[in-house]
Amino acid sequence: MAKKKPEMKMVRIYIMGKEYKVPAGLTIMKAMEYAGYRYIRGAGCRAGFCGACATVYRKEGDYKLYADLACQTTVEDGMWLVQLPFTPANKATYDLNKIKPDDKALVNFYPELARCVSCNTCTKACPQELDVMDYIQASLRGDIAKAAELSFDCIQCGLCAMRCPAEIAHYHVAQLARRLYGKYIAPKAKHLEERVKEIEEGKYDEEMRKMMKKSIEELREMYNSRDIEPEEEEEAKEAD
Amino acid sequence: MEVAYYPGCTLKTNAKVFEESLINAFNKIGIKLKELNKWYCCGTVYSLATDNLMYRLAAIRNLIKTKEEGFSKLIVPCSICYNTLKQANLMAKEDEEAMAKINAFMDEEPDYDGSVEVLHPLQILAMKLDEIKRMVKKPLNKNYACYYGCLLLRPKEVAIDEYEMPTIMEKLVEALGGSAVNFPLKNECCGSYNVVSNKEAVVDRVYRIITNARKNNADAIITSCPLCHFNLKEMQKEVKKLHPDFVEMPVYYFSELMEKAFKEG
Repeated sequence: MAKKKPEMKMVRIYIMGKEYKVPAGLTIMKAMEYAGYRYIRGAGCRAGFCGACATVYRKEGDYKLYADLACQTTVEDGMWLVQLPFTPANKATYDLNKIKPDDKALVNFYPELARCVSCNTCTKACPQELDVMDYIQASLRGDIAKAAELSFDCIQCGLCAMRCPAEIAHYHVAQLARRLYGKYIAPKAKHLEERVKEIEEGKYDEEMRKMMKKSIEELREMYNSRDIEPEEEEEAKEAD
Repeated sequence: MEVAYYPGCTLKTNAKVFEESLINAFNKIGIKLKELNKWYCCGTVYSLATDNLMYRLAAIRNLIKTKEEGFSKLIVPCSICYNTLKQANLMAKEDEEAMAKINAFMDEEPDYDGSVEVLHPLQILAMKLDEIKRMVKKPLNKNYACYYGCLLLRPKEVAIDEYEMPTIMEKLVEALGGSAVNFPLKNECCGSYNVVSNKEAVVDRVYRIITNARKNNADAIITSCPLCHFNLKEMQKEVKKLHPDFVEMPVYYFSELMEKAFKEG
């Protein structure tokens, strides 16, 4: 008698209201593909870094609306799913060189900041588990450095803006905060300035010219025998 | 002694001088104002103008954070924040139905029961008059009109002192070696947010308030409200345009007087 194949555990999910049975353990993104959907938008790195695959779902018998990344969340039995391929959010136009990083910089470009009632819905929606409401409040009181620090890991998925009852475009505010922080507030990296100067003065031009004349094989050999930074070397060893 | 302190947005922006002088002055009398690690815009008093509980979330959340950070008292210097937080706390104590809704909505926070005491710094200072007198290096020697505006006194349930005839700021001025003048308009409204949409009304009020202080021989006017401070200070230019014989008057936060009187030499 043929050996019985182990049964694959399946779960029921609902994609835009239609029921499908998919193998347990898949991510929402894989499950939708298993069900026959093809992503032409709303998918990117598939590794939780790019923020393209914002998704909202409910669980059976639970009134809460959850938000997460489709590539990072495992399907559960009875999940109701929909993808959000795009967030329509107002984005200010500015010339960073002409903005002063003062108390009012953020609220001038995003006056809807003042509509925040501290309901914390943004924080609950954030798949990165950032203190979104806290950086919005820091922005409101003009604390650009704090807003930049608290929003550093933002991947711009837009879920905060989709859930906000005050219609704030959190992630755009945060991006402006980080841009202002980087340009005007963060201490300058001296070594970077020196290196840019060296490049501008043509210190590496000759080396580049030589390299451009080399064959693919020679380049491959160069790459394989390159100096590896200590940290990178360790990682390479671990990978072996 | 360390007490929890809620700055509010304005003390971090337009009223930095209020925050700096207050922290310095409190340090001098041995009280460290410890800013809450997490705090949120109180929603300001116009949030109290409706019954919409969404506008109470911020205030209640601040009181929850106060407890979470291990404090039972919260010092709130800005009159507007003080009034908003104090009224929200009153609601927390008295309105069970509203609090049931708010607690259910803020399911990520522990329930709040109204147990934080919201205080204005003037109430603390009123208990420290002897220490204050001892710290004075340069007595003020001037006449001050103490301006309370509305928000430290109304509604009477949140008043920091006798709501019709407060004297708490006057006692501070006297302790600092200044003299507090009789000032009948000390609890008249400055016009508040009307400065945005109906500036003339504010200019008129500022004219009346400062003229009244002047008639009573005040050299300067003091306040604890960043909006009163703005209106009283900035609208004097407008008053001057309408009334060329108007004599301008300096406006200070009470904490600036403390700093001045505590300074050596």
